[in-house]
Amino acid sequence: MRRHLPVALFVALLASGPLWLPEFGVTLLNYIGLYAMVALGLVLLTGVGGMTSFGQAAFVGLGAYTTAYLTTAHELSPWLTLVIGWIITGGFALLLGAITLRLSGHFLPLGTLAWGISLYFLFGNLDDLGGHTGLTGIPPLSLGSLELKSGESLYFLIWLIVLAFVLVTRNLLDSRTGRAIRALKGGVVMAESMGVNTTRVKMVVFLIAALMAATSGWLYAHLQRFVNPTPFALNMGIEYLFMAVVGGVAHVWGAIVGAGLITVLKQWLQDLLPQLLGSDGNFEIIVFGLLMIFMLQRARDGIWPLVLKLFHGLGAAPRARVLPEAEPLERRPARKAGEVLLDARQVTRRFGGLVANKDMSLSVAAGEILALIGPNGAGKSTFFNQISGVDTPTSGEISFLGERVDGAESRRIARAGMSRTFQHVRLLPTMTVRENVALGAHLRGHGGYLAAALRLERNEEARLLREAQRALERVGLADYADQPAGSLALGQQRILEIARALCADPCLLLLDEPAAGLRYLEKQALAELLKSLKGEGLGILLVEHDMDFVMGLADRVVVMEFGEKIAEGLPAEIQTNPAVIEAYLGGVE
Amino acid sequence: MSGMEQKNKPLLEVRDLAVAYGKVEALQGANLTLRQGELVTVIGPNGAGKTTLLSALMGLLPARGEVTLDGQPLSADVDVEARVGRGMILVPEKRELFAEMSVEDNLRLGAFSRRAEGRAARDDTLAEVYDLFPRLKERRGQEAGTLSGGERQMLAMGRALMAKPRVLMLDEPSLGLAPLIIREIFRIVAELKKTGVSILLVEQNARAALKVADYGYVLETGHVALEGPSADLAADERVAATYLGGKKG
Amino acid sequence: MDLQILLLLGQDGLTNGAIYALLALALVLVFAVTRVIFIPQGEFVAYGALTLAALQAGKVPATIWLAVALGAVVFVIDAAIALRARAWRRLPGLAALTLGVPLAVAALIHGLDAATLALPLQILLALAVVAPLGPLIYRLAFQPLASAPVLVLLIVSVATHMTLMGLGLVFFGAEGFRTPAFSDGSLELGPATLQYQSLWIVGVSLVLIVALYLFFGRTLTGKALRATAMNRTGARLMGISTTLAGKLSFFVAALMGAFSGVLVSPVTTLYYDSGFLIGLKGFVGAIIGGLISYPVAALGAVLVGLLESFSSFYASSFKEVIVFTLIIPVLLWRSLTTRHVEEEE
Repeated sequence: MRRHLPVALFVALLASGPLWLPEFGVTLLNYIGLYAMVALGLVLLTGVGGMTSFGQAAFVGLGAYTTAYLTTAHELSPWLTLVIGWIITGGFALLLGAITLRLSGHFLPLGTLAWGISLYFLFGNLDDLGGHTGLTGIPPLSLGSLELKSGESLYFLIWLIVLAFVLVTRNLLDSRTGRAIRALKGGVVMAESMGVNTTRVKMVVFLIAALMAATSGWLYAHLQRFVNPTPFALNMGIEYLFMAVVGGVAHVWGAIVGAGLITVLKQWLQDLLPQLLGSDGNFEIIVFGLLMIFMLQRARDGIWPLVLKLFHGLGAAPRARVLPEAEPLERRPARKAGEVLLDARQVTRRFGGLVANKDMSLSVAAGEILALIGPNGAGKSTFFNQISGVDTPTSGEISFLGERVDGAESRRIARAGMSRTFQHVRLLPTMTVRENVALGAHLRGHGGYLAAALRLERNEEARLLREAQRALERVGLADYADQPAGSLALGQQRILEIARALCADPCLLLLDEPAAGLRYLEKQALAELLKSLKGEGLGILLVEHDMDFVMGLADRVVVMEFGEKIAEGLPAEIQTNPAVIEAYLGGVE
Repeated sequence: MSGMEQKNKPLLEVRDLAVAYGKVEALQGANLTLRQGELVTVIGPNGAGKTTLLSALMGLLPARGEVTLDGQPLSADVDVEARVGRGMILVPEKRELFAEMSVEDNLRLGAFSRRAEGRAARDDTLAEVYDLFPRLKERRGQEAGTLSGGERQMLAMGRALMAKPRVLMLDEPSLGLAPLIIREIFRIVAELKKTGVSILLVEQNARAALKVADYGYVLETGHVALEGPSADLAADERVAATYLGGKKG
Repeated sequence: MDLQILLLLGQDGLTNGAIYALLALALVLVFAVTRVIFIPQGEFVAYGALTLAALQAGKVPATIWLAVALGAVVFVIDAAIALRARAWRRLPGLAALTLGVPLAVAALIHGLDAATLALPLQILLALAVVAPLGPLIYRLAFQPLASAPVLVLLIVSVATHMTLMGLGLVFFGAEGFRTPAFSDGSLELGPATLQYQSLWIVGVSLVLIVALYLFFGRTLTGKALRATAMNRTGARLMGISTTLAGKLSFFVAALMGAFSGVLVSPVTTLYYDSGFLIGLKGFVGAIIGGLISYPVAALGAVLVGLLESFSSFYASSFKEVIVFTLIIPVLLWRSLTTRHVEEEE
């Protein structure tokens, strides 16, 4: 219960606010609440999802103008216009997202910058929207016969919505879909090979952020009872981003802290600076700008993490999460030992004039460990990418469980039962070890965004986390389950990736240099693990440089050089094969 | 190119050089000496820390330990550009050419650290490099990105020579090249040695490297496992074992 | 629409397009070398024009005090670093650049009666005030973040824009300024009337573009900048300092920005915040070039100028809406033609 104490205290303070705050304080808190909603959307979008938008103010404007116009010109109910506002905003967001989300990172913020400007001028120049003067006479919100006319009466509605958004966001992040959202920061390749549809996830996050902004706009219109274009201009869009960054862009509470801090600071600066410096200036934007530069140079994570540190003290051990009992997840039917899982034939990959893979053929059967070795630059990683759907072969055939998979999306291949690790570790350093592993089980769950937001998928979530825990126990990392993955040594991070791959219940495991960075005893433990997985009927294909490790473990070895297979056979044969010795020691006479 | 200097004087000395990526020690206290006019090779299997060693020497990676050039310590605050200024030139494993520039522009930029010397001196060096690599002269106007693998390696080496290096570091010059080209590259390395430049050659291709080198070090999992005159190393069975596993002998 | 209007709009569009092209080129340069999306470019436009206006009015432009102050801050920081490394020899050069240059310009302004100088000298003086701000700002705002992700640099860039815009209001007040034309009058050419100032703008822009082209294509320094943009590691291994390249690209960008402001201020009244929209239009051009291609960026910028001029005729109040909405089809086109492949470490 102690965990919830600060939140309870915060809510109690908020709820009693109008009793002891001056009217001005209530007004200020109303605005903080409105801004916090928008900043919260940015936390999800920027802090968690890694996408940046300067155009949230325009979404706020869409929400505000929709209700302003429809309630005045057509006298619709504000509750109806809220929904219409969501639909319009959502439509804009989908269109903009469809255009920019596929492009590399910086085109989205640039697009939002331009679109923020153009929408502002649109608001100001449409006669139906009152031009730069705006629209007046917006009716107040009403609940039955109760009219929410005053700022004080709207106060509760605003903060109720803020808290609801916070709750929903927190629920969402602490779920299967939340892990998928957070996986965006680990890179598209990793997320997709865990089965995450990254395009869709990005779109949904962008949409949620836009809808939160539109809600804020709707409330704003009914609080002010009039709207004009100014509060939806680009500089406000920038300020929203500042709020999120200053508060702590990766933290839900950071949005509220940032909104509060910037709003109060702005108020204070607007009062104070003109007295000090004369009245003809816009001094607060100078201070904000400098503050922002300073924050990003010195405390890029914002204020909230500092607050957390203050309260928890440095180095406090992360709480071990108690997992509820849950049934194990369903498993794939086991494969018969010897059944061919993967069959690659004549795979060739050209990059321009360079042939990275040439007529590579190999097959892996259930219950077998096949090692793929070769000098640097022999094309092993390229070949891995062809198999796992990261890249498409120029020619050749790859079939997995009897189906053609060359050129298929890595998501589909993952679903079919192929799981991989990466040569350069790709995990989410701030997420706990267990959550990282649970991401591997993404395709074994089904809970959607709404279910996660409303906590309707807790049973499935418990099963996913249990599965992750089991995988961790298997690889010997159970003790670290609640620590951030980034705190592990590099070798352990590689093992974590194996646990993550296992969590997908694969029938074929692709391991890219799993033993790199491991100490001798850890290597032995890894070898034991791989042998026992093999005993359960898994097929394993591994690229590895440590020859002692490979020769003691693999059933068969395939050697590559210059993109081609130069030898294949039992480990002992390979070690004495003249072509292999030539490849490794060089053959220049 | 600096034949006037006294032979056998230690030029580059490395003591207890260690590099860690996070908690993993990629290099654990390596010791190495390169004498004036000498060709020293560092061989070893993948992941032994060879590239890490060169990156640390260039100041591209933070490292512990002591590196001296001409008896002068290269401390941590001597950055990459300053090391280049002192004549430490690296031909990196990935070549790092300026792909959309012509061969000649790439070469001219190689002499960027000598911009104070004036254009005439740089033009002389350019002529020398063209003599050494007639292929590059033929393709002087071509974009570097359109060259073949072997030509790229030649350009990378030629570009490094434009700086008149005192210590020329070559990181896996044979990487990804066909056997015939590898032979050509090693012929050039041997020729460079004759001009008096001191060379640190990192190679996976152990036999070829030991054939041209005076002295060799075998790097294994971040430390020097063996060292000696290259003829001795070439005959040592343990060298093969580090590459192919299964410690024999 | 008759021919005369067509020619008029075309002239207008080309004139503005030439300015946007200069800005677009500077933006592509800065992005390529430093990965900074240079939002404050517009402030340099405004600073250039308003500094010139202040000089012509016989006032000391406050921008020079900004340069002096930033120079002093940079000196203190870099001197401390140099002292810690016991690199005494760096100090005189550092002092000359960070303290000497701004103070010398300040002394010039103080000593000369700027209002009575010939226009070219006034312009030179204005550029000497504004251009050094580029590298100083790079040093303070961006150099500490040189390895940060593009998005962080973008946010810092926006913050820098806001700071400079706020300072612009303090320095120059809220009123707008227009500077006298380089030469008055116009040239009758058949049905067309060409304003001399328009000719100046297009001509000077072309000269600057050619100068840039020669700088990048012929000089070792220019090639070094391009090399840094193409391959940072490769450039460092040649002894080309990334920091120096960053400062240099900011200097060029600031110079081009200020020059654009000087060129455009005889035809448009400029306010402290006018630069932002002008800069962003250069951006739309740069984005058409994918922030990579110089010629496409320049052509895109001219296209933006023409589009703006024609839309101001047909739907003047929606001019900005149309120009900035252009970015949507442009981005759509880019998203359909480029397949974004994630970079490996």
